[in-house]
Amino acid sequence: MSDRRGRRLAERCHVKRLSWAIALAAAAGPGMVVLAADGPVDDQLVIDGREMITRTMAPAGHPLPEVLSGWLFREAETRATEADSFANPGMLAVERGEELWNTVDGSAGKSCTSCHGNAADSMKTVGANYPKWDAAAAKPVNVELQINKCRVAQMGAEAYGFDAPDQLALTAYVKHQALGTPMHLDLAAGDMQSWWDKGKAVYYTRMGQLNLACASCHEASTGKYIRADHLSQGQVNGFPTYRFNTGGMVSLHNRFRGCIRDTRAEMPKAFSDELLALEVYVTWRGTGLSVETPAVRQ
Amino acid sequence: MATPKPRIKVPKTAKVGEVIAIKTLISHDMESGQRKDKEGKLIPRKIINKFSCTFNGQPVFACDIEPAISANPYFEFNARLSESGSLKFTWVDDDGSIYADEHQIEVA
Amino acid sequence: MQLNRRQALALSAAAAFGGLLPVVARATPEATAQRIAAFAGAAKPAMGKITLTAPEIAENGNTVPISVTVDSAMSGDDRVESVMIVAEGNPNPEVATFHFTALSGVAAATTRMRLAKTQNVIAVAKMADGSVYLDQKEVKVTIGGCGG
Repeated sequence: MSDRRGRRLAERCHVKRLSWAIALAAAAGPGMVVLAADGPVDDQLVIDGREMITRTMAPAGHPLPEVLSGWLFREAETRATEADSFANPGMLAVERGEELWNTVDGSAGKSCTSCHGNAADSMKTVGANYPKWDAAAAKPVNVELQINKCRVAQMGAEAYGFDAPDQLALTAYVKHQALGTPMHLDLAAGDMQSWWDKGKAVYYTRMGQLNLACASCHEASTGKYIRADHLSQGQVNGFPTYRFNTGGMVSLHNRFRGCIRDTRAEMPKAFSDELLALEVYVTWRGTGLSVETPAVRQ
Repeated sequence: MATPKPRIKVPKTAKVGEVIAIKTLISHDMESGQRKDKEGKLIPRKIINKFSCTFNGQPVFACDIEPAISANPYFEFNARLSESGSLKFTWVDDDGSIYADEHQIEVA
Repeated sequence: MQLNRRQALALSAAAAFGGLLPVVARATPEATAQRIAAFAGAAKPAMGKITLTAPEIAENGNTVPISVTVDSAMSGDDRVESVMIVAEGNPNPEVATFHFTALSGVAAATTRMRLAKTQNVIAVAKMADGSVYLDQKEVKVTIGGCGG
């Protein structure tokens, strides 16, 4: 299966021009299209002996019948790297995050441990249940912002800047504690539902010179190819993820901004209301998928 | 970049003559010297250029590394030992820094 | 330099999708062959004994897993001294050279490498008796999209 897909992919990328593709399509005969979409692979992700839920029934009201982890859309080598928690370079960030968790910082002389103790216990589900409603701020808070709140209010330390290496590492560490836990948001809390609505509106709004909405690629074209990349459902369950492309960690809001940049639109700021709403909505779209942080992507 | 930190996976025990698997990973950008910054200036090369593993001072495995090795260099190799001792791992940076780690292994 | 419309479009598309523009590759099959000849010394590389494993298609050229295994007892005279990895289409042919010893147990190693474009990757093993063996795999590097 993967061999056949591989050959086809290779043809598409290396056969020089469309005329070739047309010739191949003709040669392949009716009922087979060379540029066809391929579904996700039929494979099981097991990390450190734990089976991940990479495929599950969509929650009520979801436009797709099944939610699928992005892992299922990657090539064998990329999948294998994520499945091996030693070979996964994202674990370097997780280990750095563990150091930060135990490091005293700020005027209050506290570390994360001072209040939260052992992350393996206290952060067991956090990564699966965020963003959460923050009553004081009257908006949802994601893990990055929650860490910054703690740093400022409890530790007397400075908030991390967006995508600071320590923010990526500590976020990856916190989310990694929930590895395997199915994602689930409490939309009944506070005003979460209206942020979900707002996020849904963003998801379906076409933007940029290419006039693409999130849904254009990740709902309408899931399984198809965008150049040589196999389009996934754009799930958030593996963020921050390690990308082979940059050799580093990529946060969710960085990914959101990257996608929006690729539509050639103005990028909203990280942690802006627009992207927070999108995070709420897209997290819901992956309800039931295991947290895979740090996932490995091309 | 924070100081490169090695990760090493090596069994704690092994049988005499058994071939064991060793995996190593270290955080490093492996700046190739081929990339340009936003002003179009070449970013100078800075890589880990040598990795080695010794057992009780004897060489087990080594690697000369070029800029074509990916960021966060990963090596998987093997060892066959006949006594207990210490596996020492060393990475040499272009700037002369040496990152090292040591693991004891019981061989019986 | 004046760009025609097609070139300008191609550039803007590259800018939209790519982060860093690729640097022009300088290594050639000839330079690579010279490098192999220098490594092999007096011996003429033969096929066999060494197996290079690499993906047929790399999802991203920045991180491509490769493995080599050489059929050898790794004791007495039947030992592999070193294995050199070279690539024909990178800025430089050299990738890495593994050095094995009797303590290695087996002559096998895995690492991850960068490939600037679709090209041949070649692994060359030098045995203790001076003989040299070679294996070659073509790895296709796809033109990335936006990360899927």
